Amino acid sequence: MRRRIEKLIVFFCLFAVWQIIYRLEIWPPYLFPSPSDVFEALRAGFSDRTFLIGMGISMRRIAIGYGISIVLGLLLGLLIAMNDFLENTIGSLVLSLQSLPSICWLPLAVLWFGLSENAILFVVIMGSLLAVTINTESGVRNVPKIYMLAGRNLGANGSRLFLHVLLPASLPYLISGLKQGWAFAWRSLISGEMIFVSLGLGHLLMMGRDLNDMSQVLAVMGLIMFLGYVVDRVFFVNVERHIRSRWGFAPTS
Amino acid sequence: MNDPSDISRMKPAAFELPQFAELRAPKLRVAGVSRKFDTPNGSSVTALEHISFEVRPGELLCIVGPSGCGKSTLLSLMAGLDKPSAGEIFLDGHRVDGPGTGLSVIFQELGLFPWLTVLQNVEFGLKMKGMERAERRKRAMEFLRLVHLSAFESSYIHQLSGGMKQRVALARSLATAPDVLFMDEPFAALDAQTRDLMHEELERVWKETGQTIVFVTHNVREAARLGDRIMLLTFRPGRVKSVFPVILERPRHLEDADLAMTAREVLAQLKEEINKAVEEEYRHAAKD
Repeated sequence: MRRRIEKLIVFFCLFAVWQIIYRLEIWPPYLFPSPSDVFEALRAGFSDRTFLIGMGISMRRIAIGYGISIVLGLLLGLLIAMNDFLENTIGSLVLSLQSLPSICWLPLAVLWFGLSENAILFVVIMGSLLAVTINTESGVRNVPKIYMLAGRNLGANGSRLFLHVLLPASLPYLISGLKQGWAFAWRSLISGEMIFVSLGLGHLLMMGRDLNDMSQVLAVMGLIMFLGYVVDRVFFVNVERHIRSRWGFAPTS
Repeated sequence: MNDPSDISRMKPAAFELPQFAELRAPKLRVAGVSRKFDTPNGSSVTALEHISFEVRPGELLCIVGPSGCGKSTLLSLMAGLDKPSAGEIFLDGHRVDGPGTGLSVIFQELGLFPWLTVLQNVEFGLKMKGMERAERRKRAMEFLRLVHLSAFESSYIHQLSGGMKQRVALARSLATAPDVLFMDEPFAALDAQTRDLMHEELERVWKETGQTIVFVTHNVREAARLGDRIMLLTFRPGRVKSVFPVILERPRHLEDADLAMTAREVLAQLKEEINKAVEEEYRHAAKD
């Protein structure tokens, strides 16, 4: 409760400072809108449904792109973890590709797919696939040997050892991989949407820029932040907490 | 096990008496087993050499030796987790050549599954055997009752104390009805009081189930407290140095004078091996 009050007070102060700077009229209002301007832009965006449509389109894209990343990332991670040859070859390739910011895939995607839905999906997938893959691989590799020994000793082998021991034992890692993958996917999606009339949140952001409408830019930024935060905090943090409390430990990274 | 030529099936009643145990067909027979390991620099180290002994049905055999005598290696071999370089191991007259549910191991780290409840942990082996849900639940509950943990069926592993975890591991292994249960220094990490309790618990459960147990430890008093016989291994390479029958009445207590006498006898021989180990360590240290 006390921490919540602290938060509220600090946030309130930040808004007050914002309002004060606005009042000082250092910059013109179209470059530095007041908090109420931004709120108004938010309200207008929702009332003419552009924000709702934008959110819907962006969420649909991320559902597809992130979904594909999860499936491919889990499979690839498992394969790499279980095969020394793949780990030596594809594994190190994945690690080096991971250092590439996902926006670097954009020129390539545009050349291959044109200014299309697929170009955006491609960027989203390339942005999040590797994070999921790497975490899956390290998760599977870090499963304590004793679980595998015990499982085998109790008669599990082959696919059952995989399904009943390896998979649940690496779940804490898999979840953090999915969480990281989500964060990357979300960032890639917004940057990808900025490049053409894609109608998503990234596009709304660029539209604000084109119209010299700073309050719309800030309103959309707030929306992007809010959606990312909700999925990260409400979904992943709760799932992680549940797993940690059941496992009785915080998984080491 | 149901081999009709098995002579233990035709035994007269007197065969069942413990004093005739050595007349019964052995449960597990280790015949001339050696195990060599290759070292990175091309040479090889002999961990175990010409080991032969038998484990009798229903017996609790303790294996004692200095650190580095290959106790754990021997146990992995017997449990089918590792293959001997020479020699053979027979379970009920059949050669052991791989892990099977007939050979159950409780490792020192236990390896209980934190993602499962206590009951699900005990059910695990039965599930892998393909036992039906209702049946395995019933059987798992029986074994939880045996180790006095019925009240904790839906707890998770991290919520249990060290001793309770030991009992879950015991129930989990026993539920699969193994031919032989191997225990690799399971109580080494427990505090003294919990260990005393676990000794009582293991002795009681062993009596109630008639389970054949091979118990590996470096603690001589623990071996004298639990074992029907104590087998002492030499320092590298591990050989059978001697076998001590422990003819003390049960339930035993660590404080018993007779038990201390037995332990002292074993310890005297163990000391020789420990000294060898220490000497070797000094020699290594001098070389470096």
